Amino acid sequence: MSHTTIEWLYVGAVVGVLIWVGAIAWDAERLIGETPEDAITIKVTAQQWFWTFEHPDGTKEIGELTVKVGKVYKFDVTAKDVIHAFNIPVHAVMIDAVPGRINHIWFAPDQPGEYLIQCREYCGLLHYQMRATLIVEA
Amino acid sequence: MVIEVRKPRPLWEILFSTHHTDVGLLYIITSFVFIFLGGAMALILRAELFLPGETLISDPSVFNQIFTVHGTTMLFLWVVPFTAGVANYLVPIMIKYKDMAYPKLNSVAFWMIPPGAALVWLGFADTGWTAYPPYSILSAPGPAADMWIFGLKILGLSSILGSINFVVTILKCKHPDIPAMKMPLFVWSILVISFMTLGALPTFTAALIMLYTDRLGVSGFFNPAMGGDPIAYQHLFWFTFHPEVYIFLLPAVGMAYELVPKFSRKPIFSYVSGVIALVLLMVISFGSWAHHMLATGMSFTEKTVFMVGTLAAVPMSAMHVFNWLATAWGGRIRFSAPMMFVFGGIALFFASGAGGVLNTALPLDFITHDTYWVVGHFHLMLMGTVTLIFFGFTYYLFPLITGRMYNKMLASVHFWMTFIGSIMVFITQHILGLFAMPRRVWDYIPTPEVLVMNQIATIGAFILGIGMAVFLYNMLKSSASGKPAKMEDPFEIGEQYYDHRRREPH
Repeated sequence: MSHTTIEWLYVGAVVGVLIWVGAIAWDAERLIGETPEDAITIKVTAQQWFWTFEHPDGTKEIGELTVKVGKVYKFDVTAKDVIHAFNIPVHAVMIDAVPGRINHIWFAPDQPGEYLIQCREYCGLLHYQMRATLIVEA
Repeated sequence: MVIEVRKPRPLWEILFSTHHTDVGLLYIITSFVFIFLGGAMALILRAELFLPGETLISDPSVFNQIFTVHGTTMLFLWVVPFTAGVANYLVPIMIKYKDMAYPKLNSVAFWMIPPGAALVWLGFADTGWTAYPPYSILSAPGPAADMWIFGLKILGLSSILGSINFVVTILKCKHPDIPAMKMPLFVWSILVISFMTLGALPTFTAALIMLYTDRLGVSGFFNPAMGGDPIAYQHLFWFTFHPEVYIFLLPAVGMAYELVPKFSRKPIFSYVSGVIALVLLMVISFGSWAHHMLATGMSFTEKTVFMVGTLAAVPMSAMHVFNWLATAWGGRIRFSAPMMFVFGGIALFFASGAGGVLNTALPLDFITHDTYWVVGHFHLMLMGTVTLIFFGFTYYLFPLITGRMYNKMLASVHFWMTFIGSIMVFITQHILGLFAMPRRVWDYIPTPEVLVMNQIATIGAFILGIGMAVFLYNMLKSSASGKPAKMEDPFEIGEQYYDHRRREPH
């Protein structure tokens, strides 16, 4: 076999692996991309350097978010000044909060407890401590 | 050829020369000045993160300024000028032409770097090297951000002028005896990155002007308060800087193709597939820019398109790695400093490439996006691969430039400290990302795992720093009083070295 043939066979194998990775990634993303219909909408507003959460009944929380186990929540995420990113690490919730846009993401808490909410897009002086608490009640 | 130390010339003769070796030397020396400055910045950042809370830097905005200038410096004042310097030295030699096609333009392109660098360093902006609006419009204090914008414009122009020069030199001034498919792969890599620069950079240049008029308040392209869209900037930015990632990488690939066959004493395994991989990557690199923006709220279709575009670029890099390993396989390998650095670079290239595939897979991207994983990933590529191979090539060019040999023992020490240091810093940063530590933070939540890994990373960074001090000492000492090199074959590999008897510089 010529050297070029060997190289192409090897590339074929690499392409095969990549198609496999791409296919399972695509399938997983398709599944989590669809928001369930019974989701409760919470408006999330980011600004330098704190988070505001607004429940459907109009109650607002600053710096902490209280949700219940077993319910499904949809976040409408936006920002007032610069770009931030809404991130709940334990639930792999991650979406940019962009001024002038509303981005959507959903999650379903399954264990009670207190979790971290943080900003993951550089937003200036106090970016490092732009955090909030997620309180999941039983 | 310029053998600077053996036959010293007055400084002004080098400074005002337009000869390709002189301009090349200026480029290389400038780039080394900036890797030491940028590296010092990195050590300050790592020292601050060694312990949680306020340690070294009392003001978070100073921390933000330092990482901005560190990033800008390393990309535009280290990787790009070093590439231009080596290409200036070698492209005319390899295609057998007396000089670059436009020697004066070459000199102009170099002399745009010092003013650009001065603007970036004197401004000391805090926008991050990406300068995303609206932060860079609303919150970044002037004149720092304005100086950054103009500094980058000048550096971009320098890079465009240099690219035009390389394209014309390679395509028009090549010796008729060398057909395109016999050119060294290093020349191919420079040709490819020059075309990529010409295709990619204008977009960012336009975006910078728009950003500047937005800052002046006369337009609102990226300002949501005036009806603009900040995401538009990110598209323009990454349309330039995703191809730019490969512009940083491909010269190192070309250098590895230069070194691996020589030090393995075997011909390249498959020259044709090397050329094909370089040219294909030039095209495909323009199809994956928005994977830097997957979390900005893109539609599922957009995400799929850019995942496929990103995955499509992987086989080309895999082809290069395969080619190098197959070339070295069964060869009589001589582990001189250049070869050690190239092999270290290839090992870490594989690691960062595999991490890149993981990043591309969509659901995983949202775990790693904007965390320290990303910092680890691109540093492993830019430091672990590109810079390691650049150091290897510096050792390889050392006899050509100085006519002397470097200290081999110190070069070995430099390699092991750099290699181990890189692993300690950047692999650890990958894991820090999985613990959700965001990037660009002055302080972090000191859970035991995060604390320990930050400390490992800081210690690794200082090992790297000491390695760089050894390197600096070796370069200075050896160019002043190293052993004279045997210029025909300084590395004793039975290969003809570059022609050092070029006509005297004009």
